[in-house]
Amino acid sequence: MPKNECLKKVMVIGSGPIVIGQAAEFDYAGTQACRSLREEGVEVVLVNSNPATIMTDADIADRVYLEPLTVEAVAEIIKKEKPQGLLATLGGQVGLNLAMNLAQAGVLEEENVQLLGTPLTAIEKAEDREIFKNTMAEINEPVPASSIVGSVEAALKFAEEIGYPLIVRPAYTLGGTGGGVADNAEQLADIATRGLKYSMIHQILVERSVAGWKEVEYEVIRDSLDNCITVCSMENIDPVGIHTGDSIVVAPTQTLSDRDYQMLRSSALRIIRALGIEGGCNIQFALDPSSCQYYVIEVNPRVSRSSALASKATGYPIAKVAAKIALGFSLDEIANSVTGATSACFEPAIDYVVVKIPRWPFDKFAKAKRTLGSQMKATGEVMALGRNLPSALLKAIRSLEMNFVTLLAPEFRKYTWKELVDKLKLMDDERLFAVAECLRRDISVEQLNRITGIDVFFLDSFRHIVCLEKMLEDKKEWTAEDLILAKKSGFSDKQLAHIMGIPEKEMREKRKALGVKASFRMVDTCAGEFAATTPYYYSTYNEEDELAPSDNKKVVVLGSGPIRIGQGIEFDYCSVHSAWAIRDAGMESIVINNNPETVSTDPDTSDKLFFEPLTLENVLNIIEAEKPLGVVVQFGGQTAINLAKPLSEAGVRVLGTGVDDIDRAEDRKRFDALLEELKIPRPVGSTATSRDEAKDIALKLGFPVLVRPSYVLGGRAMEIVYNEEELTTYLEEAVRVSPEHPVLVDRYMMGKEVEVDAVCDGAQVLIPGIMEHLERAGVHSGDSVAIYPPQTLEQAHLDTLAAYTERIALSLNTRGLVNIQYVIFDNQIYVLEVNPRASRTVPFLSKVTGIPMVKLATRIMLGETLADMGYAGGLRKPLPLVAIKMPVFSFNKLIDVEPSLGPEMKSTGEVMGLAEDFVSSLHKAFLGAGYQIPKTGEILATIADKDKEEALPLLRMCSGLGFDIWATGGTARFLYENHVPVKEVAKIGQGSPSVLDLIRGGNLGFVINTLTRGKNSQRDGFQIRRAAVEFNIPCLTSLDTFKGLLKVIEQSQGPVMIKALQDYL
Amino acid sequence: MKAYLCLADGKIFSGESIGMADETSGEVVFNTSMTGYQEILTDPSYAGQIIVLTYPLIGNYGVNSTDEESPRIAAKGLIIKELCNLPSNYRSEQTLHRYLVKHNIVGIKDIDTRALTKHLRQSGTMMGLISAEPNPEELVKRAKALKPLFGPELVKSVTCKSAYTLENGEYPVVVVDYGAKGNIVQSLRNLGCRVTVVPATASAEEILSFKPWGVVLSNGPGDPEDVAYSLPAIRGVLEAEIPLMGICLGHHLLGMALGGKIYKLKFGHRGSNHPVKDLRRNRVYITAQNHGYAVQPDSMDPEDAEITHINLHDNTVEGLKHKRKPAFSIQFHPEACAGPQDTDYFFEEFMEMVQAFGAQTSTEGRNGNAQK
Repeated sequence: MPKNECLKKVMVIGSGPIVIGQAAEFDYAGTQACRSLREEGVEVVLVNSNPATIMTDADIADRVYLEPLTVEAVAEIIKKEKPQGLLATLGGQVGLNLAMNLAQAGVLEEENVQLLGTPLTAIEKAEDREIFKNTMAEINEPVPASSIVGSVEAALKFAEEIGYPLIVRPAYTLGGTGGGVADNAEQLADIATRGLKYSMIHQILVERSVAGWKEVEYEVIRDSLDNCITVCSMENIDPVGIHTGDSIVVAPTQTLSDRDYQMLRSSALRIIRALGIEGGCNIQFALDPSSCQYYVIEVNPRVSRSSALASKATGYPIAKVAAKIALGFSLDEIANSVTGATSACFEPAIDYVVVKIPRWPFDKFAKAKRTLGSQMKATGEVMALGRNLPSALLKAIRSLEMNFVTLLAPEFRKYTWKELVDKLKLMDDERLFAVAECLRRDISVEQLNRITGIDVFFLDSFRHIVCLEKMLEDKKEWTAEDLILAKKSGFSDKQLAHIMGIPEKEMREKRKALGVKASFRMVDTCAGEFAATTPYYYSTYNEEDELAPSDNKKVVVLGSGPIRIGQGIEFDYCSVHSAWAIRDAGMESIVINNNPETVSTDPDTSDKLFFEPLTLENVLNIIEAEKPLGVVVQFGGQTAINLAKPLSEAGVRVLGTGVDDIDRAEDRKRFDALLEELKIPRPVGSTATSRDEAKDIALKLGFPVLVRPSYVLGGRAMEIVYNEEELTTYLEEAVRVSPEHPVLVDRYMMGKEVEVDAVCDGAQVLIPGIMEHLERAGVHSGDSVAIYPPQTLEQAHLDTLAAYTERIALSLNTRGLVNIQYVIFDNQIYVLEVNPRASRTVPFLSKVTGIPMVKLATRIMLGETLADMGYAGGLRKPLPLVAIKMPVFSFNKLIDVEPSLGPEMKSTGEVMGLAEDFVSSLHKAFLGAGYQIPKTGEILATIADKDKEEALPLLRMCSGLGFDIWATGGTARFLYENHVPVKEVAKIGQGSPSVLDLIRGGNLGFVINTLTRGKNSQRDGFQIRRAAVEFNIPCLTSLDTFKGLLKVIEQSQGPVMIKALQDYL
Repeated sequence: MKAYLCLADGKIFSGESIGMADETSGEVVFNTSMTGYQEILTDPSYAGQIIVLTYPLIGNYGVNSTDEESPRIAAKGLIIKELCNLPSNYRSEQTLHRYLVKHNIVGIKDIDTRALTKHLRQSGTMMGLISAEPNPEELVKRAKALKPLFGPELVKSVTCKSAYTLENGEYPVVVVDYGAKGNIVQSLRNLGCRVTVVPATASAEEILSFKPWGVVLSNGPGDPEDVAYSLPAIRGVLEAEIPLMGICLGHHLLGMALGGKIYKLKFGHRGSNHPVKDLRRNRVYITAQNHGYAVQPDSMDPEDAEITHINLHDNTVEGLKHKRKPAFSIQFHPEACAGPQDTDYFFEEFMEMVQAFGAQTSTEGRNGNAQK
């Protein structure tokens, strides 16, 4: 069936900010879809509030709306743009829910917009548990016994009928928010209460738990003619019980016989047909490990994280094909872009093993509960390909950048057997390593299978790695065969060097001397059956090399690896733009990355894609094979920057700012010397190598001080301490201090924080813009609301900031991008930090200034100057707009994490508010970040003593705006004394109603709570903040954010005015 | 134990012996299915061939006594990348290695099967040998001298020795066994057929003597021209207007019976992911395939033959239909095993023809006046 010619203009909905459960995979899907639609001559209108995405670039869609993903805003856009079709299945659950709400609100019908691809009825059939269950019953597909209930009582009653364990899943939420497994009535009551709260329709599913069964997924595509294919099957190493997003997954399935594989495949096709999906769909099964009994456990009627993984695992572009199907094409009419010759209507055959491992944020959130279950906790993931399971697994482990080089982690040796068993049963993020330690102690795979439910096949594969490592350790001399076996099993040079006690470089040379070399294999969708053209490769050792390097000039761009807190999708955005700029400059672009969710690992993005760990060994292998002009390290976040020095030492040319200059910016001592020389002030402080020294420095500087370990970056373990007692606690609990691990102690200046990004060619410095933070210094820049252009800075400040930036950029011999953070305190400007690389704000700033920062930086690295490209230096005059970047958090997914903001970054994503004035822009940013802005009602205030004076006018304003203020003892008394009407509420455990009752009551518009030091109050405050987060009530912990919100409540009226990005530029 | 794979063009691969450490030779062909090694090994169509499996991990779920397409391994050898020695599956009874030994099959592992597959794709299917003899030069010489293992003997080696009937069915159907996969017979029985299996050499009279309501021409190994002796029997069945379904080799033979020419494909179609377009329904199905030959599209009499299916990858003929008689054939395997079950509806379509024929003959029987 050819394209539907009525479709001239189509709206695509993105997925909004990155949160746990919804990450970069939708930028990948959305970007592919936009391209795929435009290829067919369709005009694309894109809506997404996330500025860090490629899809919101002004040249990806014809009309880009960086507007809040609310029914009101999107309805306005539809009215203005009048698209004929709406494509909603590529924007994750957010896009799907929004489309359903638009339909329910009658907007689609009124404006005559056709929902493309999967029809609304199919979405409802898949999403509404009751309709889904009935549909499955009609086609005899088994689903676990379950009941949809709307109350805790009903859940308990159902549990009495069918018994425990039970799994609770709320309807219509992100990534299974609020779900869990209950073993008894008490747990069930707890989980049910939370689940009901999260469900958009106040419904939860209570279901027989099939925990421990094999979890198998199929990615299925169907077109309007009813042609169906399965693109990829995946098997979770972790059995049912751990969310698939938190499971280690292999593709294709490994332990299913053809009979069981085809049984589930046929079931998947029956299901997609019964639902009537037109496009991509993900179907999850639970398969009994000891029979052929199975259950359908979940269906996602849209592209998903799994479909991004399946696309990268097989080379089959699911989102692109789904977009074509939405336009009316049938599968056989769509070309297979990988082979160029065959059709998209086939099932990929792969001849390698794919392993995906989630990346969890527990390194950032030391106090978070690490146990995995039905609630997803990972922020990102890595994927690796190998010709066998051990090699793919070890490559994936190294890609995580978690300091694990192999399965055996030394810190697990100290555990007793009982501790290990507890850890195995706990099912946390480190279970894999606990299993490996058990294997090292010769615990049988059968026993481990019994404890963990992990299939013996996988356990045996882990055992192969462990035994090989032990064998290599025991042997004094290795034969060439030993080394080949180790390399084929995925052991890194670094690990082998460690075992042998020699430097990595020596190991590499030894290996090469023995003729053990990396070879590159192509991902071709067809296991070698047809000639393929897509240049997508992975490495293996001592096999045939399929790489055919050209004689063209080439440049390598290092990606940023898995998405984690502090290193998000922004860096993928930069890597993609750099690859494009290289291609535009007439050279071959080569991308190395290991994140399956992203646009940078779409083989269409670069001339060549290497899906590899970002380690010295893997990068060097590629460089030796491809012989590029050099390597770009500025865009892959800290991951890429960390490789600059080792690469340079190995003789690789690092393009852009030199390695020594990077070091000058990052090494504390050298950086201090530089600022001294430039006569630019920075907060005083110094380095302590012992606890006593730290205390001495702090006393000399005067409290409060900012303390952090010098060996970690990105604000990890950074704290502001207000007195000696807090400092002692910090030094005892948070960090170890030693000459090898010094601690930095700086004076904390509670001033205005400002951030500048600049492009420098060595002679000129172009400053596209300056951003000021809404929150005062002390809140991590990634967690602050950033405002462009600055609203409160004097011209003199702007001039000084520009001058400092220019001076620093030039003296660091910057070639490319540099990011500088400043604090303005007592009318004096201090430098906080210089990042000699692309920063988190580059996509945001590029969009609102229209200056293609990454492109300019890349071309500078290739030898051009700003003048060559028609740009002058200096601070750019801002366009008549106000853009606000607002952080978005995933606290509701992470139990026990402190939601209060501080110097450690905690946000997972961001949204942009874009308008012509500050308040409207801030209003949109709040809406985009998911705040419901109350105009009246109740609020709760618990203010720390140190903040009371400052909070008073704000709370008075609240009262004046008509809010009823609830407050706890101290705050209530203070307000009362100051004649602000207030209702007192009891502290936790001190009577009823308590603050927790108030929060649970669900009538609060928001909570304002500032951090009080001291053990008890901290615990109280923590509980209040957690309760607010868990009951989805906005919780503000900074008075500055509070002030901003009040401004919006006070001043913004009427509906949000929408305007396309293109109309601002 | 070290072993070698030597191809007729002189290319040599070294690996480790699996199964019997001995020597074997055959036509080296690759299959891209990611599951189903046991079904593939026991598929009689592989007689005379050495199978390369492109999926690198083989043996993961072991071997059992139910997933066999025939009681023996017809293939001459197996080439894989990695062999699993600790299979894990509730139905697993033994390791693949033991199974190979039990069936006296020579195999080799640790081969760069992707490199081998690409070589076969580029140079075409060719003869080769696997040997544990530690003398590669000599082996290459021997490989170069290998003669294709074709001829009428191939089908004769896998067909049944004499006719037999599987009772407990309602509709009498004859399966002509050129090396039939077990699931063809099973699929028919599942739909209520009383199946009589006859040898490849059966004549029309022998076939008709079972008074079938339908005849199935099975799959089988080798060059269809070598089985031309069966064409008179097929024409006889067509003449009698008994519903006829051909599968794979059976499809070639129906094509030949309709005057069609057969040609050899460069490297064949072997796998579980081949898209086939049904031209009448404008629909595409994913099919299991295993064949090295194809019917030339324009070689048949257009008065008799209609092409009903084509392969989306290379447009080769995948299905035929007799325009005037109740006969059709398909190149792929509706019985799956290994492979997708998307096209099992062909058995149902065949059954409709069978039942219609049955209804007609019983009416004729009652009325006592044959119409033709």
